[in-house]
Amino acid sequence: MRRIIKNMYTEKVMKHFHNPVNMGKMVKPDGVGKVGNMACGDMMYMYIKVGTNKQGKDIIKDIKFQTFGCVAAIATSSAITEIVKGKTLEYALKIKHTDIMESLQGLPPIKIHCSVLATEALEDAIYDYLHKSGKFVTKELQKKHEEVLKHNQMLEEEYKEYIDSQLN
Amino acid sequence: MKKEQKRYYFDYAATTPVDKRVLEAMMLYFSDNYGNPSSIHSFGEEANEAVEKARELIAGYIAALQTEIYFTSSATESNNWALKGIASANKKKGNRVIISSIEHHCVLNTAKWLSQKGFDVVEAKVNSEGFVDPKELKKLINPQTILVSIMHSNNEIGIIEPISEIGKICKEKGIYFHTDAAQSYGKMPLDVNELNVDLLTASSHKIYGPKGVAILYVRKGVVIDPLLHGGGQERDKRSSTLNVPGIVGFGKATELCEREMEKEGKRQTALRDEIIDFALKNIPNTHLNGPKDSRLCNNINLRFDFIEGESLLMYLDSRGIAVSTSSACSSPKLEPSHVLIACGIPKEAAHGSIRISIGRFTTKKDVEYFLKTLEKSVKKLREMSPLNAKNH
Repeated sequence: MRRIIKNMYTEKVMKHFHNPVNMGKMVKPDGVGKVGNMACGDMMYMYIKVGTNKQGKDIIKDIKFQTFGCVAAIATSSAITEIVKGKTLEYALKIKHTDIMESLQGLPPIKIHCSVLATEALEDAIYDYLHKSGKFVTKELQKKHEEVLKHNQMLEEEYKEYIDSQLN
Repeated sequence: MKKEQKRYYFDYAATTPVDKRVLEAMMLYFSDNYGNPSSIHSFGEEANEAVEKARELIAGYIAALQTEIYFTSSATESNNWALKGIASANKKKGNRVIISSIEHHCVLNTAKWLSQKGFDVVEAKVNSEGFVDPKELKKLINPQTILVSIMHSNNEIGIIEPISEIGKICKEKGIYFHTDAAQSYGKMPLDVNELNVDLLTASSHKIYGPKGVAILYVRKGVVIDPLLHGGGQERDKRSSTLNVPGIVGFGKATELCEREMEKEGKRQTALRDEIIDFALKNIPNTHLNGPKDSRLCNNINLRFDFIEGESLLMYLDSRGIAVSTSSACSSPKLEPSHVLIACGIPKEAAHGSIRISIGRFTTKKDVEYFLKTLEKSVKKLREMSPLNAKNH
């Protein structure tokens, strides 16, 4: 059993998996990002509360996640919340999936998409906040949001029946 | 020093430990009686006698003639040989080969290879429990059909297929019928005549014997080409120096399984049902994959809504419990189990499935620990899941 863990996942990944930080649903979040791919077995919800720092910049005051997925999906969700909590939105938007991988000391190649998913969930939560509060959204973020939207729509159509059955 | 966590093995369908009694029987054939059974001197004679004794035990269990048992290196080899050997030797008669959609990959991929070589491979569908319907299968048989290969019991969901009935249809049509019995061999009575099979695969490491040994039963008169050519061992059908200690172990393992079958079958069935009943009753939104009846005495396959199989496997693993999952997340292609998909379970639901397989050394206490841990682990993972209605 130790072999599987050592071969596939680093200790850092397993630490986040067993003791995820910032896990759960947030009451009245300022922004929510929902991304995922049901067929591959990953769904991530990212919730943020936004505040301002001494310089007057928007920061992620609080962040929570909910994840349906494999070990890597849970670990990357937990890791990204740890990285960006208390940081400015500007900083959070610069986080790349490779940064998460680095903080986890690596992921198996077939699990890299989990770290991509985590950054997308965060970006979309930030988009949601900016959009709702009428703040400036960069072209890049707008484009990313549209991609997530398109993807989610596709998923919704494909898995509507299943998701409904699960939620009832 | 940190105390080593006690480990609990619930993956007997993957492989089994070698029974100490089996190991003891094998030991003599490594450094003491090390002869090559093909040699005609006394060293060879000793080894040959041991091989023939094992052959007798195996043939006796499945009611076959000793000359119908061929030793191979694995169930994968036996299945490759059955399909390729029959296809090659009978291609003048026709080119259709029928398999089921829930076969093991070694049958599926061999069949795929045959179709690339021009054979007409068709798959019989299964119902939601995994049953192959003999009537439906009959419709797939055309005058070109030379072989039907349907597994006796499935490695993932434990279903026992109506082999005897399918065999009868094949017999009437004069078509060869092969069954992969790797999972059922040693767990229930097997009689090649009652099953109406012409070829049967069985493996040693699933029944507390060593790895690297298996058989293909080939009914007398069946026309089959060898897969391996060479020195002409196994009556010119399967060349290779015989794996004497392995074969001795397989024979001994068969003998023990047969002797203890009734008692063990009952004991394991009771433990199996305890796991199934507890999970369905105490863990909400849990489903049993495969049938309740007509199921191997040691197989349980459960599906939990809102969570993913690999995560559950790893949680259990960290608490010392070994189970198996065929969730997409643990496969390179991110595709969930072909068996569950063939049963009509949607991809997104199939992810939350784990296989639990018990065996000779599973105790009631182990099962109690397992169930307690399972309940806790599922609960913990569901707390994280956005799909869980309670989290909304």
